[in-house]
Amino acid sequence: MDFQTAVFFFLSAILVFASLRVITARNPVHAALHLILAFFTCGGVWALLQAEFLAIAIILVYVGAVMVLFLFVVMMLDINLDRIRQGFWNYLPLGALLGLLMVLEMGLVLGAKYFQVPAVDVLVPAGVSNTKSIGALMFTDYVYPFELASLVLLVGMIAAIVLTYRGPKQSKYTNPNQQVFVKAKDRVRVLQMPVEKD
Amino acid sequence: MDALMNFGLGMFGGAWPAVWTLLKIVLIVAPLMLGVAYLTYFERKVIGFMQVRIGPNRVGPWGLIQPIADGLKLLLKEIIVPTTANKGIFIIAPMLAIAPALAAWAVIPFTDSLVVANIDASLLYIMAITSMGVYGVILSGWASNSKYAFLGAMRSAAQMVSYEISMGFSLICVLMVSNSLNLVDIVSVQDHGRFAGWGLSFLSWNWLPLFPMFIVYLISGTAELNRAPFDVAEGESEIVAGFHVEYSGMAFALFFLAEYANMILVAALTSLLFLGGWLSPVGFLPDGIFWLFAKMSAILFLFLWFRATFPRYRYDQLMRLGWKVFLPICLIWLVVVGVWMMSPLNIWK
Repeated sequence: MDFQTAVFFFLSAILVFASLRVITARNPVHAALHLILAFFTCGGVWALLQAEFLAIAIILVYVGAVMVLFLFVVMMLDINLDRIRQGFWNYLPLGALLGLLMVLEMGLVLGAKYFQVPAVDVLVPAGVSNTKSIGALMFTDYVYPFELASLVLLVGMIAAIVLTYRGPKQSKYTNPNQQVFVKAKDRVRVLQMPVEKD
Repeated sequence: MDALMNFGLGMFGGAWPAVWTLLKIVLIVAPLMLGVAYLTYFERKVIGFMQVRIGPNRVGPWGLIQPIADGLKLLLKEIIVPTTANKGIFIIAPMLAIAPALAAWAVIPFTDSLVVANIDASLLYIMAITSMGVYGVILSGWASNSKYAFLGAMRSAAQMVSYEISMGFSLICVLMVSNSLNLVDIVSVQDHGRFAGWGLSFLSWNWLPLFPMFIVYLISGTAELNRAPFDVAEGESEIVAGFHVEYSGMAFALFFLAEYANMILVAALTSLLFLGGWLSPVGFLPDGIFWLFAKMSAILFLFLWFRATFPRYRYDQLMRLGWKVFLPICLIWLVVVGVWMMSPLNIWK
């Protein structure tokens, strides 16, 4: 077993363990933390496959931003696990069916070689920057699908704001521009008082 | 250098590449820790002088042994774990704070050949690794099971996510004009240009054409570091000491080390990305690692100066600055740089 294979098995073991803990951990914060660990090791596996852009992107986007907000929400929630666990057995058959389907699909994709489907064998030639080629492809051959995807994301963001918007804010707030441009003579009036004698 | 390589190969055989890498890591981390120790001394002295005080002057000549004494004190103190704390995460959180601060140094070049890992996507790597530093803060706040710590963690999470965006945009401008994600290339690109031809290479560095981005990066960097005036996550006068209020001894010291290591990191990145790294400012002086250290020291001084000068931002002002001021500036300048590069006036060919 060479060094790369050893690293792969090490990372995969952590990945499988972390993914299992995501669905078995009783504390939701622990589950979210294991999800972060899973993303991180996933990035490691991708880096091992020489897909360094994807590896860094998953860490930058998911670990660095999405999961921070996720943790933020999970920490604020008061989650009653017993209520969530109610009806576990009712949902189990449907869930198991879906899980089996996913395992089947994954098996078909990953085991393509054994099912006589021609697998794509990509060898990265030395001196080619993965990041650069992805960027070039994204903005030449796939520019319309890429722009379409970003448009869908934009619609999603605006929709989230529209759904949660509750009308204009009624509370008092200060206008920073006015605060910045305020002068002492606008606020303070110096009065000349005649000296009182008694 | 070759003699050292041959000696190592003879000594360790096949394990030599691993040993050599470990050696390089020690060679970076050890001076970094020393730098952190003396940055705290420097900070206390500088702020002392700015406030017409003397600063530390009791331990050793001019107080020079003070950081060593402080470190020793923190090492010997007891680490108290609150009874209701989530113990595992409470212990892990300081480690999560310091690990990214050290790991980012793997790709920082000191000269065009002096770098542990010269990888193509080094700028992306830095962005990814530094974005993980926030977990130390969030988890310590949550695991402490204390109201103040939790408030600090919440503030920090919101702040880091907001300022990372404008920081990312300013980096995008830099990589657009450099046409590379490699830090060594980004520095060497700054050596070309009309002014560099005249021997005034400091006018060819990225800070001049990307001036708004330089300012945005510097201020967002200060915010990312949780340094004054953006230290709402600590906010001594509002929420005691924020996320690390329950930490003592070495666990607290790790947060402290992480903050100062990150300060040095942001100073190094600003020098590399905008101030020409190891390039000399004028043509008749040779390039060298000395220039990088000089630029880093100047930026570190700026951070200390900020702390002595500005009062803390209120939380809503902080959010306004990030989202309503920096983000529009970044988006506009991104388009300006794009149009500039496509026009005949492009200066980065």
